[in-house]
This record gives sequence, C-alpha cells and structure tokens, in this order.
Amino acid sequence: MKKDQQKGRTLLQSDGSLSILSSLICILAGLLVGLIVLFIINPEHALADGFFRVIKGGFNDYPYGVGKVLANTAPLIMTGLSVAFAFKTGLFNIGVAGQYTVGAFGALFFAIVLKMPWYICLLGATLFGAIWGAVPGLFKAYLNVNEVITAIMFNWIGLYAVNEIMYGGGEGIMYDSKTTKTYSLRLNFEDAVIPDFGLADLFQLKSVTIAIFLAVLMAILIYILLNKTTFGYELKACGHNREAARYAGINAKRNIVLSMVISGALSGFGAGLFYLSGVAEWMPQNSTALPAMGWNGIPAALLAASNPIGAIFSALFISHITIGGTTLPTKYFTKEIADVITSITIYLCAFSLLFKQSLRRWMTKRKKGGESTVTKEKKEVEN
Amino acid sequence: MDDYVIEMLNITKEFPGIRANDNVTLQLRRGEVHALLGENGAGKSTLMSVLFGLYQPELGTIKKNGQVVEIKNPNDANALNIGMVHQHFKLVEIFSVLDNIILGVEPNQAGFLQKKEAREKVLRLSEQYGLKVDPDAKIEEISVGMQQRTEILKMLYRDNEILIFDEPTAVLTPQEIDELIQIMKELRAEGKSILFITHKLNEIMAVADRCTVLRKGKCIGTVDIADTTKEELSRMMVGRDVSFEVEKAPIHLGDVVLEVRNVTVPSPRHKNNSVKDVSFDVRRGEIVCLAGIEGNGQTEFVYSLTGLTKQSSGTFRLCGKDISHATVRQRSKDGMSHIPEDRHKHGLVLDYTLEQNLVLQRYWQPQFQHGGFINFGAVRTYAAGLIEQYDIRSGQGPTTISRSMSGGNQQKAIIAREIDKEPELLVAVQPTRGLDVGAIEYIHKQLVAQRDAGKAVLLVSLELDEVMNVSDRILVMYEGEIVGEFDPKQTSVQELGLYMAGAKRMEGGK
Repeated sequence: MKKDQQKGRTLLQSDGSLSILSSLICILAGLLVGLIVLFIINPEHALADGFFRVIKGGFNDYPYGVGKVLANTAPLIMTGLSVAFAFKTGLFNIGVAGQYTVGAFGALFFAIVLKMPWYICLLGATLFGAIWGAVPGLFKAYLNVNEVITAIMFNWIGLYAVNEIMYGGGEGIMYDSKTTKTYSLRLNFEDAVIPDFGLADLFQLKSVTIAIFLAVLMAILIYILLNKTTFGYELKACGHNREAARYAGINAKRNIVLSMVISGALSGFGAGLFYLSGVAEWMPQNSTALPAMGWNGIPAALLAASNPIGAIFSALFISHITIGGTTLPTKYFTKEIADVITSITIYLCAFSLLFKQSLRRWMTKRKKGGESTVTKEKKEVEN
Repeated sequence: MDDYVIEMLNITKEFPGIRANDNVTLQLRRGEVHALLGENGAGKSTLMSVLFGLYQPELGTIKKNGQVVEIKNPNDANALNIGMVHQHFKLVEIFSVLDNIILGVEPNQAGFLQKKEAREKVLRLSEQYGLKVDPDAKIEEISVGMQQRTEILKMLYRDNEILIFDEPTAVLTPQEIDELIQIMKELRAEGKSILFITHKLNEIMAVADRCTVLRKGKCIGTVDIADTTKEELSRMMVGRDVSFEVEKAPIHLGDVVLEVRNVTVPSPRHKNNSVKDVSFDVRRGEIVCLAGIEGNGQTEFVYSLTGLTKQSSGTFRLCGKDISHATVRQRSKDGMSHIPEDRHKHGLVLDYTLEQNLVLQRYWQPQFQHGGFINFGAVRTYAAGLIEQYDIRSGQGPTTISRSMSGGNQQKAIIAREIDKEPELLVAVQPTRGLDVGAIEYIHKQLVAQRDAGKAVLLVSLELDEVMNVSDRILVMYEGEIVGEFDPKQTSVQELGLYMAGAKRMEGGK
C-alpha cells in the first residue's frame, strides 16, 4: 500500500519522489521568473538587495525573522491541510478563507466573552470552522449544489457577519473602541494566549508559540487518518469514485459532509493558532477582504501535492519567501514588489501537477527501448 | 494479380509503453467483406483509426488502388472515399435522419439549404440497398437498428467505396443482426469493399470472405473463410483451444433464495416507470437469466435489487428476509454479491491499488481492521491469495493501480472479490461485456461453479449466446415487464429475439 514498498521500482520512479521532484522544479521555476521580474524593475539591485533577500527569507533578520516565519507557518500549514484534505476526498474547499474567518471569531469569542483558557479557545475556533465547513458539505450532499459555489458565498457571508457581530455598532462586547480592534488578548486575557515555553525569548519575538508544533502534530494526525484508517479509506474511495463507494455500501453523502466538516475544522484550528498567539487582533471595520491566509492554503496544498506531511514543508517554504519579500529595501523596490515576487513563485508552485505529468512522460520516453518497455510489453502480452 | 482497393503495409503504431500495431499488413480486395478479428486490446481499433486518419503510424504505408496515400485526418479519409460506422454512433439526436445524413456536406445555393435533391438521393440509396429509414424521423425517436442504417446511409451519401464497420452488431437484436448481414451482402454485390471489425465468430462465418486475425498487436494471418472453421479462427485469435460449450452438471434445485414481488421502479429520465410490476424467484442451484435488449429496465431493476436506488413499490426477500429497504451494506452482509454492469463506474475505484479494490466489500471486517486502523499485512496476504487463485494479472501485483490493468483482469478482480464473499445470491450484470473469448470462457466457468455449489445466480445479459449457454431459465424483459419465461433447451435464439423486440409476449407471463 505504501508507495516505497513497491517492488521493482527504483526510488526515482516512485510516485512520491516524482511529486517531490516536480514540486522542487516548480519552486526553481517560480524563483527564476521572480528573478527576471526583479531584473526588469531594478537591474542594478536585483541580486544582492532583491533576489538573495527573498531566498534568505527569515534569516535576513535572525533570529526574529525566523520567528516570524515560524509564526506564519503554523496557520498556513492548517489552511494548506484543510485544502489538501478536501482534495484527497474529491472536494474543492474554496471556502477555507471563510472558515478561517469564522474560526477566528470562535477563538476570540471563547477568549474574550467566555474568558476560557487557550486550549478551550482553540477547540472553539475548530468548532466554528467545522460548522462553516459543514454548510457547503450539506448543500452538496443533499441538494447536489456544487461546493465551490456555496463555499464562495459563505466566505462573504462569514466575513461580513463576523465584522458586524464584532463591531456591534461600536459597542460590540469584543470590540475595543480605543484601538478599533478586538481586545488585545495579551493585555487582557493572558490565559487565552497559546504558551511559548521559551520560544518567544529564543526568537526574540512574542508571536512564536508552540502553535507550529500543534500544526505539525495535526498534519501527522491527518496523514494517519487518511492513510491508515478505514475512515480514510472510505473518504478517499468517495473522492475517487463516488458511485463505486456507494456500490461498496459506503454512505457517500455522510462522507461528503464529514469531509467538509473536517476540512473546515482544520481551517478554524489554523485561525485559532494565529489569533491566539496574542499579537494580532481582528479589525471589524477594516477587514473588507478575506484573510490571505485562507487563500494561500490552496497553493500550499497544491505544492504539497495534497500530501499532509508535504503541507508542512510547502507552508514553511511559502512563509519563508513571503517574509523574505518583506525585507526588500523600499529604496529600490516598492513594497508591493515583494508580494508580486512571492505571488509569482507561489503561482508557479501550483503547476506542480503539470510538471509531474511531463516528468513522468519524460522518464518513460527516456526508458524507451530499455528494460521498462520490455516489461510493459510483457505485461500487455500477458493481459 | 489481386485487385486491392486498400493496402495497409507493415503498419507499426506505438503508444507510450506499448506497441499497439506491430508490423501489421492488411489488404482489402475490391468488393469483399473482410473481417478483422482479435481479442480486446489486440489492436483492431488502432489499425482502423490509422486508416481513418485518427492516428499517424510510426512505420508503414497505406496504398489506395496501388498508389501510396497519406491520411492525416478523417477529412483525408473521406476524400479517399473511406467511411466508418463507429461503435457509438455519431448522430445528432434532435436532428432528423435526413439532416444527419447531409450534415457536413449540405447541398446549398448561396448558403440556402437545398434539401429536395438530398432527399431524393437518400431515398434512392435507401431503396437500392434495402436500408429502410424514415428521412423525417428524429434520431432520438427511432430504433438503434434504424440509427445504424442512418450511419450507413451517411457513408453511401458521401459515395464512400470503403466502408468500415466497428463492432456493428453489439447493440442489435438477432433479427436486426440478420438484416445487417443482408445489407452488407447487398453492399458487396454493388461493389463496395467492407472492413468488418468484430470478435463474434458466427457473424464472420456468415458474411465475411476473408479474415485477418490480430493478436497482441501482431498480425497472425489472413485466411479465406471458406477454408476455415470457427475453432480455427478462435485458436488464431486466442492462441489456444477454446471451448464454446459451457459444461454444466445436472440441475439440483434448492430453496428459494431471492423472491421478487411486484417491483416497480421509476425511471430516472422520464415519467414512465422503468420496471413495471416484476415478480420472480431465483432458487439455489440455478442460473436465472434476465435477457433483453439494452434499455428495457434491466439496469434499473438491478439498481433497486442491490439497493443503489429505491423501488416505488414491491418487495425483495433474500433467504426469507425482507430486504426491500435495507442499505447496500446490509444487503451485502445478508449474502448478496453484485458484479456490476459498469466496472469503471461502480465496480472499481480505478485510482486505488488492486489490493485496495479487492477488499472494497470487506475492509470493515475484523480481519482487516483493528479499532479503525487498517491491517495492511492482512490485506496484502488476502489480496495475494485472490490474485493467485483467480489468476489476476497485473504489472506490480497487489500494488498495481487498478486503472492500468486490462479490462479482462479488472473484471477478474471484481469477480474474485464478489465470489470470495461466498454469497447466497450472485447478481452478475453483463459480466462478459467487452471481454475476449478466453476471458468469457473463464467467467462462465466461475458462474457455473457458483451454481453447482448450490448458490443462486441471477445473470443479466444482452448476449444471446451467453443467455442460451449459461442459464437454466430465461426471463425476457421488454419495456420494464417480463414478457416471457423459457427453458433454454426448448427455445431458440429466433424465438427469444421476437420476445426481446416486443413482437410476442406470453399470456400472464410475469
């Protein structure tokens, strides 16, 4: 069942290595295009002040730069996992941003209104995300409405509902009119902040907490769920071929809803990790766009080829170059250039599937006439 | 000197990893019916696609009337007067027969259609070759046989000289098959040259002059039909002797296993019911065959029997237990196995490995999981056992992705899985569809083995040979009703055909 156990296949030819290889090619191609853009904008400073800073990422400002990368990676792993999990079960969860928003609301609600400790708040965030994920799942399973449409609608419903409830006409219970944000957890609700066990001192940055470890743990749990359990077997069967799953007596409708619930829960958990770090508050009046963290989950998942463990590394990489981009000197490059570079790189990362296909084709071609074709011919003959 | 109208010389066509045609030579004489015989995957369709311009060969030449020609696309083929009736018709459903025939070559004056002329030509051709069609009927309203005649007229209207028929009899009733064979003979008499792709030996013996046999992409040989036999042809096709007779022990009827009473199933497409008030029993030790032409409610009946859809009224009892409203899983636990009609849609998760598919009906059993965690070792051992026992061939054994396996081996995997469940009732829907004679022989043996072991078998089949050879009792289904019940020993294919086409029905035959 495990790819690497297959006999008679070299390491290079196995599916897993092919995925990793194609992801690496994507990264290189993305960086290359980014470099070209930098050259076009400011050829003189494109390398030392531009490209190398992007490559160096958080290490430009060691140690707190690295801290920033880690703090950013934790929620990104979760949104990446959320998208990847849905992909594996045959669904496209484009509602991650909305589930993340509602999850953030859940985290802050449990912290500020219910005054709960951080782990309960995290559960609250997960619960709210799960509920928001359930909606497109229910629509899909019982009314046959495409999950993409429902999810997009509920992204905006979620965003404005959260803004409205938090602001409450300027008198919302979570709204601090002095800062025009939700109440700072670190100042008012110390219990609700995820502990750092000394990591904050190590990286000289308050936002570094054990969130990154929690995210990695979740990735491992999702990996086990998908690959080692009967539940994962059922979910993937539904994802690959819903009719065959029904034929095998699997309750396909229930599984669609559960997939979306779990996917939404992962997004909500990610929002909890971010907002319970005690450095970011929600700005009900200014948050008119869906959080980028939700959208970035999509390239994180694609770059990881929907592998939960891969999502850890792809999230780490995307955070790394994003933080690297923010360190570009504004003297030579306008602030938005950093976003352009990272976006191009991330965008090309999304092509990993395409690269994988061409890689496979190339390998078959290279092997043509060699042993592999002979065995394939033999196989065909036996059939 | 032979007068060849088309020569395909030393054609080699490769796809990544396989050689679909390996140095194949086919020479078509003017005015002959030339059969192209081979198992599935032998390269028949590839070779015809090369001739029709859908593929370009790596090596080899094509000659028409002795001149080398290049066929880059179907338009080139058309220009050379080569026409093809595809297995799945290429007709516009909401257009009339006439409109379909002239589509692409519409006679016009300054952009305005001139249908009168076209109609006359179609009527003349239809008369000349005995191709009965109603030029003004819509395609969606006419029978499959008439649709096929429309396709043939399409070729004749374009003055095609070389006609390719790709498995034309698969969708026809016995009567329609006879008519088609008659039409092919007419065409031959008028000097047309016909290439006839099939794997049905009876039809080759009935109509073809010569036959070229392909096996695994290679040309095995070309024989004159007058000098050969069915057995000889099948030996060339499969590479070994094949028995056509299904050996069966005398029947030992046991208790009733399946009891169907007054089942009515609504149609997913229109307001009428697909299955109307059907009742019958299946007992231990017998193979009951539900025969009929495609689309007469068999599929819908099986869906409701296996729990995939709900019947609007009526009951199913399995070994005395009412399962009318049970879930698919419950029916499976109660002893129903189902070899589905469409192995890609229902039978397999194609992106799963072979071993994952082999446990598709039992991954939840204690043997294969512990506390929700799959016991991979047990799955591997079990799969390896089935692969060995049922001779399922694949590239990488248990870990082969099912999609990469051949159709016959995919079907073997499904059959292994369903039979190994040791069911009380085995529902097999077109279990041999699209398979070659070797695989068909194997599957028939398995069905009979189940019967002889005292299980009940419900076979749904469109193939009359299969219906006659395998079953102990035949129920004919027409427009959702059972219109006749027969003993295969006391009926004929022609008789069954009349019932299947709705021309006859038994009184009180439910």
